[in-house]
Amino acid sequence: MASSKKIIRKKDFSLLQRMYLPEIFRGLMTTFLQMFKPKITHQYPEVRFHPPASFRGRPVLVEEQGVERCVACGLCSRVCPALAIEVQASETDLEKERYPVKFEINMVRCIFCGFCEEVCPEEAIVMSNEYELAFSSQEEAIFGKDKLLIPAEKLKERLEFLKQNR
Amino acid sequence: MAKITIDGIAYEVDPKLTVIQAARDHGIKIPHFCWHPKLSVAGNCRMCLVEIEKMPKLAIACATQVAEGMVVKTQSERVQKARNAVMEFLLINHPLDCPICDEAGECKLQDYTYKYSIGYSRFNEDKVHKPKRIQLGPNVMLDVERCIMCSRCVRFADEIAKQPVLTFTQRGDHVVLTTFPGTQLDNPYSMNVIELCPVGALTGTDFRFKARVWEMSSTESTCTGCARGCNINIWVRNNEILRLTPRQNEEVNSAWMCDFGRLQTFKDVNSEKRLSGPLMRKEGILSSVGWDEAIAAAASELRLFKKSEIAGLGSAYASNEDNYAFQKFMKDVLGTKNVDFVRHLKEGDEDAFLLRADKTANTRGAEEVGVKPGEGGSNIDAIIQGIKNGSIKALYALEDDIAAIPEIAGVLSNLELLIVHSSIQNETTAAADIVFSSSTYAEKHGTLTNFQGRVQRIRPAVVTLEQDRALDGFAMSRWDKFASHNDRWGRPIKKDARPSWRIVSAVASAVGGKMKFNSADDVFREISEKVQAFKGLNYQKIGNTGVMSKTASRAVPVV
Ligand code: SF4
Ligand code: SF4
Ligand code: SF4
Ligand code: SF4
Repeated sequence: MASSKKIIRKKDFSLLQRMYLPEIFRGLMTTFLQMFKPKITHQYPEVRFHPPASFRGRPVLVEEQGVERCVACGLCSRVCPALAIEVQASETDLEKERYPVKFEINMVRCIFCGFCEEVCPEEAIVMSNEYELAFSSQEEAIFGKDKLLIPAEKLKERLEFLKQNR
Repeated sequence: MAKITIDGIAYEVDPKLTVIQAARDHGIKIPHFCWHPKLSVAGNCRMCLVEIEKMPKLAIACATQVAEGMVVKTQSERVQKARNAVMEFLLINHPLDCPICDEAGECKLQDYTYKYSIGYSRFNEDKVHKPKRIQLGPNVMLDVERCIMCSRCVRFADEIAKQPVLTFTQRGDHVVLTTFPGTQLDNPYSMNVIELCPVGALTGTDFRFKARVWEMSSTESTCTGCARGCNINIWVRNNEILRLTPRQNEEVNSAWMCDFGRLQTFKDVNSEKRLSGPLMRKEGILSSVGWDEAIAAAASELRLFKKSEIAGLGSAYASNEDNYAFQKFMKDVLGTKNVDFVRHLKEGDEDAFLLRADKTANTRGAEEVGVKPGEGGSNIDAIIQGIKNGSIKALYALEDDIAAIPEIAGVLSNLELLIVHSSIQNETTAAADIVFSSSTYAEKHGTLTNFQGRVQRIRPAVVTLEQDRALDGFAMSRWDKFASHNDRWGRPIKKDARPSWRIVSAVASAVGGKMKFNSADDVFREISEKVQAFKGLNYQKIGNTGVMSKTASRAVPVV
């Protein structure tokens, strides 16, 4: 380590240091002063944290006019380092030809890396700002289309963020 | 022999070859779309342009014959530039369909785009749009936008399938592949154009959108649709067969297979009607029982009959190993000579190409390993007669729906005991007293002997309850490798089935006979020692493309 020198303790303490008490008061002062600074602790769950657009919450599927953007190409599934995504494609009469009959993300596997969002050719899967994920069983942690589909309007912030940072 | 130089290395090649063939024979890959070793030369894609010294312009390697002293460069700057240009030209109107295209992952255009294109597009104008989702025939779909007009499919229909119904209409970038009015691509080999098509313009109606190619594992095996035994790959995801594709074997099927084999032979493996675990008739109703109970019951029931009252039917659908173990059990353990099997010939249902009239995969093998009457024993006709007149009271039948044959169906009710091996519920299992659920061809190791006398391997691609994909050395996809119990896809349906040779050996031991086989390999080792046709063969020698059995007179090459 480059800074190893700094952590070696000096053998000779100064007089002030040897007196001990002044340093204690200095520490207490720092603590005391904090009381007059603005509070940053949230009273969760009454008060909730609203993450910025760059936050990577649980991945969700973008829904537009009642249908998912996803074409079930399976690229997110392939790129996912945690193998969290399972997609089963099928044919639709819509112009996009393919759609996912089944789209499941195993939230116990997901590591919130955002690779799925990055690889998606349709901007159909994005990282939302949802971070409240608690399950009582592993089965419950597998999110199907019912939980994944979110209307595009609700994902505006993230979609805008992606547009600007591409 | 002509002396030529390719990329600075001298080779001696047959002067009849073209440059692309000569290069290929020496492992030098020249990129190409329209050229195919099994089809005539069209020379229209221009991808195989190479530089030949003393020729003013670049030449297409597929239509240039080698000549003495020829110096070919396949990697020069001029060639690279030409490839870049061809790729750019092909991609101008090619849709950005890869995410929804079944070919993605095994697409020549994709691969070559990575290897030979400049990596970006200079084309800002609108792409030409053409019809999508066109049903070319019952089994093949066409997406004209993706077509690169290589004409491979047209030539296949003309030259190999002999059904010239495909053609191009329009000109320039408006060219459209289509069938002649009033015709469709419905020959028995139509689906070969799917692999032949270098892009995703032609896709299979059956497989369409089922899976991405990288999600499946593939296993080398043999088709069981008829006595030809075309070499195939079995593609599996989540323990389910999704498609079969032909595998090249010059001696058997060239590079092709028929649509029947491709579509129908694996449906039984995935079928809803699959049996899982043995069944036994209790108070008139077939009910599920454990293996030990069924095996013990079969043995004790069989012991009640005299040797001459028992008959055994092997199966032309079952492997050599199954049939060998079966006839050994019948003849050596039970001591009956009434052993034969049912032939399934459909006269007139063959052609001059691949299809055979014999609709089973292993007639020849069943005969060779000894599924035939012992001296003075009854053949199939005599067995039917015997059941009718009551001299045969117990029948043990291997993997064949014998009750679907009217002559046999009529007499089955005379039997006092019917033991059946079957992988699916059918009329025979409905009439049986004891049913053993047997593995399909896609769940076991084994060999089949085709009509030529070629011994070919089948390999397991689907796991049954007693197997483990990783521990038993199956082909594994990425999904198989990393599956855990809390993934839905990590819990595939596994059928409780066992290979027939194993079931038969277990029943034989329960009867008191000596039959100890631990693996298909074991059974085959004994076959190779005891049966003349298999002398000296083993699984390693059979390999991926099979070997001729010792009794085969000569290879019958593919037309
Ligand atoms: S965020 Fe990462 S781990 Fe989670 S589903 Fe997407 S790719 Fe997989
Ligand atoms: S990458 Fe996008 S379009 Fe493809 S399957 Fe995933 S979410 Fe759907
Ligand atoms: S044919 Fe190939 S390049 Fe064209 S869309 Fe399909 S995968 Fe992509
Ligand atoms: S459909 Fe395929 S094989 Fe036929 S001409 Fe077009 S690209 Fe070639």
